[in-house]
Amino acid sequence: MTTREETNRAAARLERKAATRRGLRRVVVFLVFLLVLSLVYTGYKAFGEAVDDAQTDWPVVGRVLPRTDDLTMPPISDIIVEFGEPPQRNSSKPLGAFIAEAALFTFREAAFGFLFGTLLGLSLAILMLRSRWIERGLSPYLVVSQTVPLVAIAPIVVIWGSKSLGWLPFTWEPWMSVAIIATYLTFFPVAMNGIKGLQSAHPASMELMRSYAASRRQTLIKLQLPASLPYLFAAFKLAATVAIVGAIVGEISGGVRGGLGRLILDYASRYTTGPSRLYASVLGAAALGILAVGIVTLIEYVAVTRRQEGHVAR
Amino acid sequence: MTGIEAHLSTAVQIDAVSKTFNSGKPNEVHALDNISLDIADGSFVSLIGPSGCGKSTLLRLMGALTHPTDGTVTVNGKSADLARLDRDYGMAFQTSGLFEWRTVTQNIELPLQLMGWEKQERKARAAEMLDLVKLPEFGDHFPRELSGGMQQRVAIARALSFRPSILLMDEPFGALDEMTREHMQTEVLEIWARTGKTIVFVTHSIPEAVFLSQRVIVMSPRPGRIAADVEVQLGERSFETRESQGFFAKVTEVREALRFEEDAR
Repeated sequence: MTTREETNRAAARLERKAATRRGLRRVVVFLVFLLVLSLVYTGYKAFGEAVDDAQTDWPVVGRVLPRTDDLTMPPISDIIVEFGEPPQRNSSKPLGAFIAEAALFTFREAAFGFLFGTLLGLSLAILMLRSRWIERGLSPYLVVSQTVPLVAIAPIVVIWGSKSLGWLPFTWEPWMSVAIIATYLTFFPVAMNGIKGLQSAHPASMELMRSYAASRRQTLIKLQLPASLPYLFAAFKLAATVAIVGAIVGEISGGVRGGLGRLILDYASRYTTGPSRLYASVLGAAALGILAVGIVTLIEYVAVTRRQEGHVAR
Repeated sequence: MTGIEAHLSTAVQIDAVSKTFNSGKPNEVHALDNISLDIADGSFVSLIGPSGCGKSTLLRLMGALTHPTDGTVTVNGKSADLARLDRDYGMAFQTSGLFEWRTVTQNIELPLQLMGWEKQERKARAAEMLDLVKLPEFGDHFPRELSGGMQQRVAIARALSFRPSILLMDEPFGALDEMTREHMQTEVLEIWARTGKTIVFVTHSIPEAVFLSQRVIVMSPRPGRIAADVEVQLGERSFETRESQGFFAKVTEVREALRFEEDAR
């Protein structure tokens, strides 16, 4: 028996080491991916035209693929340098600081959207769990809600927020409307995966709870919610990215200033005078999305994975 | 003997019970047909039969996980539903059904937690149960770090933690290898001797049923009926029991009862 226990402990220890190694490997793979991507970009920019000229049958560059000039494809070095350059003549504040501020603004909208969307989605999932009838009645409308184009509802929400919500004890600010738009996108994956996860509890486990004469609430908290965590975290990762995308699109179509959406819109309209600025701000948006998913993954690791893998550290 | 005493000495009373699934539909199934059976308090009874004979359904009826179409099920002198609400029985299934996100101790504490036990009491009881199933050092492990046999022991500890008077087991050793299985059989008999619970045990293994039980209820399928009620008196079981003449005779008797039913159809 002791030898078996020792084997078990050794196995758990190995597994924990493997988990750390997996985490490190992921970071390395991501960095290599970035490197490869910039090499492809730079390589195409340097040799694309020449290679294309060598075969004259059917020119591709400038027709199917983008041109390689500095206006269409600013060199990566330019983009990196641009982060440190001030974008406005009358200020010494570098572009990187502008992007970071805008990202923070957008992140706040997305975070609130994620929070409310998650709560709403989870509530809907628990409601649908109550009865098949509610589930069947509700889920088609949830699907339909996501087919309404975001660009159409964004201005409506912004106008509605500024005109109708004056009775609130705090001043309704435009970013709050954007948070609602992010909520609108976020609740859907959480509700859909949530109901699937809540129903994923093993039938034998459900019977076990019944044999303990457990209440509905107890069954939900002790069995169905923990069983749904893998499904929920998959949804949370999706929700984190759509919250960011929703916030950016919401800012653009709702005409809200201060965030990455507006920044991207501004630099797009002034593209010819500084293409690197648009590239830099788009990179900022991508980084924000990665950060959001990274936060969810970290929470998942702490709340689920580590608790079940790392318990040997007693 | 007064009526009350009669109830006290009978743990489970099945009276003219029938169970029909999908009643009135084309896929109607008569799972059980007019079954009557009394299970004495503190006895070890096995239900055996080919798949589809309704042995699991009968067990689930005792546990009020499903309800009879006809007839009554009385547990400890009350309706099966009331007995369930009174937490009169513990259950163990073929899959251990341990919650993978809970440690072994937390799994054993689950029913106690639901029933509102104090933390200190829960801890003490879980430790006691881990001793009973001989896994005192595994409290902090997660289920997936345990072998199949160990998981089943934890499931039994969990089922007994809140002191139910009846233990309902549905092929609990069905997924174990033969050696572990025989070992677990000895363990479960030891637990039975120490706790004095009434145990109803569903199995499809004839030697298992004979080795464990005082009574083997042989069932036949479509519709599920009781084909034979075999008393087993082999005294205290030991390693030698499985090699004794008496054991072989009872195994043969149960096998004959099962075969007779095959031929009759």
